[in-house]
Amino acid sequence: MTTSEVDTRWPGEDLRTPVVAPDETESSVTNKIGGIVLRKGFPRGWLLGFAAAFTLMMVMLYGITWLLIKGVGVWGIDIPVAWGFAIVNFVWWIGIGHAGTLISAILLLLKQEWRTSINRFAEAMTLFAVACAGMFPLLHLGRPWEFFWLFPYPNTMGVWPQFRSPLVWDVVAVSTYGTVSLLFWYVGLVPDMATMRDRAKNPVVRVVYGILSLGWRGSAVHWLRYEKAYVLLAGLATPLVVSVHSIVGMDFAAGVVPGWHSTIFPPYFVAGAIFSGFAMVATLVIPIRKIYGLEGMITTRHLDNMAKVMLATGLIVAYGYMTELGMAWYSDNQYEWYMMLNRMFGPYAWSYWMLIACNIVIPQLLWLKRVRTNPAPLFVVAIVVNIGMWLERFVIIITSLQRDFLPSSWGSYAGTTWDWAVFVGTIGMFLTFLFLFIRGMPMISAFEMRHLVNHKKHDKARHGAA
Amino acid sequence: MIEHAKTISKTYGLMAEFDSPEALLSAAKAARGAGYRKMDAYAPMPVEGLAEAVGFAKTKVPLIVLIGGIIGGLSGFGLQLWTSAFDYPVNIGGRPLNSWPAFVPITFELAVLFAAFAAVFGMLALNGLPQPYHPVFNASRFGLASSERFFLCIEAIDGQYDAAGTRAFLEGLSARSVEEVAP
Repeated sequence: MTTSEVDTRWPGEDLRTPVVAPDETESSVTNKIGGIVLRKGFPRGWLLGFAAAFTLMMVMLYGITWLLIKGVGVWGIDIPVAWGFAIVNFVWWIGIGHAGTLISAILLLLKQEWRTSINRFAEAMTLFAVACAGMFPLLHLGRPWEFFWLFPYPNTMGVWPQFRSPLVWDVVAVSTYGTVSLLFWYVGLVPDMATMRDRAKNPVVRVVYGILSLGWRGSAVHWLRYEKAYVLLAGLATPLVVSVHSIVGMDFAAGVVPGWHSTIFPPYFVAGAIFSGFAMVATLVIPIRKIYGLEGMITTRHLDNMAKVMLATGLIVAYGYMTELGMAWYSDNQYEWYMMLNRMFGPYAWSYWMLIACNIVIPQLLWLKRVRTNPAPLFVVAIVVNIGMWLERFVIIITSLQRDFLPSSWGSYAGTTWDWAVFVGTIGMFLTFLFLFIRGMPMISAFEMRHLVNHKKHDKARHGAA
Repeated sequence: MIEHAKTISKTYGLMAEFDSPEALLSAAKAARGAGYRKMDAYAPMPVEGLAEAVGFAKTKVPLIVLIGGIIGGLSGFGLQLWTSAFDYPVNIGGRPLNSWPAFVPITFELAVLFAAFAAVFGMLALNGLPQPYHPVFNASRFGLASSERFFLCIEAIDGQYDAAGTRAFLEGLSARSVEEVAP
């Protein structure tokens, strides 16, 4: 009997698209991942993309320079809407970052092996998104050079930060989050830096990776401690990520403004963060896997899974919107109810209905497997969700502040050119960092891929023999 | 005595190269079974059971992380309590100065921060990293240890080490190559 006639499947075999193509081996994944970094010169596409991103980053620096010269008055903020684009962008960026931690930490603890080929990339995305996010509250301070007043240090003024305020919690949460994300990312990189060191031909490059690898030599004892530390970091990062966006939610919920003062905010913000973060990972990964030929490691299974997470968290976010509407009606509070009517039919109604379209209606396409596993439509849905999540924060901040209790203190708001310059500029900064990362660091964790490939080989061998 | 010191300074140990994690694991077990104690295995990825096979089963990393987390939590809460209730108490409508529920978020964040620092720096310190020089890198084929080959090094300080005998033993374990490593 020839082997082709034998049914080689075993009971319980996973018949879905594999998380790594069957023809990949330990050395093929190492070569592919390392080759992207260690090749000579810069591909033309990379140069063009980097130039475009760098130009946008210069727009940001131009906007910040003008802001520092003239003050926050160059932005559209005024009373009553004193939290304009700066806070919208802050919440948007920090939310995007959360998918990176979710993929690298929570999916590690849940032993989801499909995370392996996207976690490094998602962690880098987290770092850069947090860097973009952190700039906005600082610039919004008005005197950003006094930012250190936010931290408790003995000072000549003799006062301390108000530790009972969510805004101070936010400073601690975001700086802790940034630090832990950096540690997690770097620890993950150390063994791969050793691989780069050993494969680099150029002596300067070899020294640079040698320093970054800290002298890693792959000792069995080191690996034992390393894995323990890594899984503990994942365990620490998991509640951390939930706490960060909960605290961002409390920045709003602790205020008395109708449309902010709601207990649903922390969980609904966390779900929204994951929703937007996965949308951003999909937005970035779909072109990159195509350009760098990584379809064997980032398979349609990954796209499918990311789309499913987007669908699930998107439905939680939709539930959050329904709750806001329901509670405003059920509270029988005229200010709450007016806030809701103003959102739906007031001067900013366009933003509310666009938000519903982008975050609730269009993502329903993800019920279709055809959309989930097809890069082009999934890419479009992901972009739409990114826009929708930005609009969500716009709606929450602007429509709530714009008309609160007294009609005499109502006002209006619009972002100015400088608001847009800094916002679009941070996208440039984010992409600039991302281009540099892709060129200089292995964007997929090579040692975890080797581990995964080795495991898959074993599964096959074990069941093949049985 | 001088003779002895010379033999030690001449070599760090014998490095055997293997093709797969399974071959390395069984070689490490065999070496331990044969009575060797001073050895280490090198692999491009974590291999389950390899640390135990070279005689190392437990790590203090979790304990260090726990201590770090406790110190972080206590200092976070202590800082808030001291600044808000002792150093600069502000009476706001007679509300309690030790408003501990409001101190929970920062206590938690600092516990996580210190625990994460403890995990990373504790792991690096126990591993003796960063380490700019290590003899194993003198082995000519060791550059492959970070991508596709698996190595076992029996060190010259092992009581049972004997250049010819140990080499024969390693070759008997179906090693691809066996090489003497300069210190």
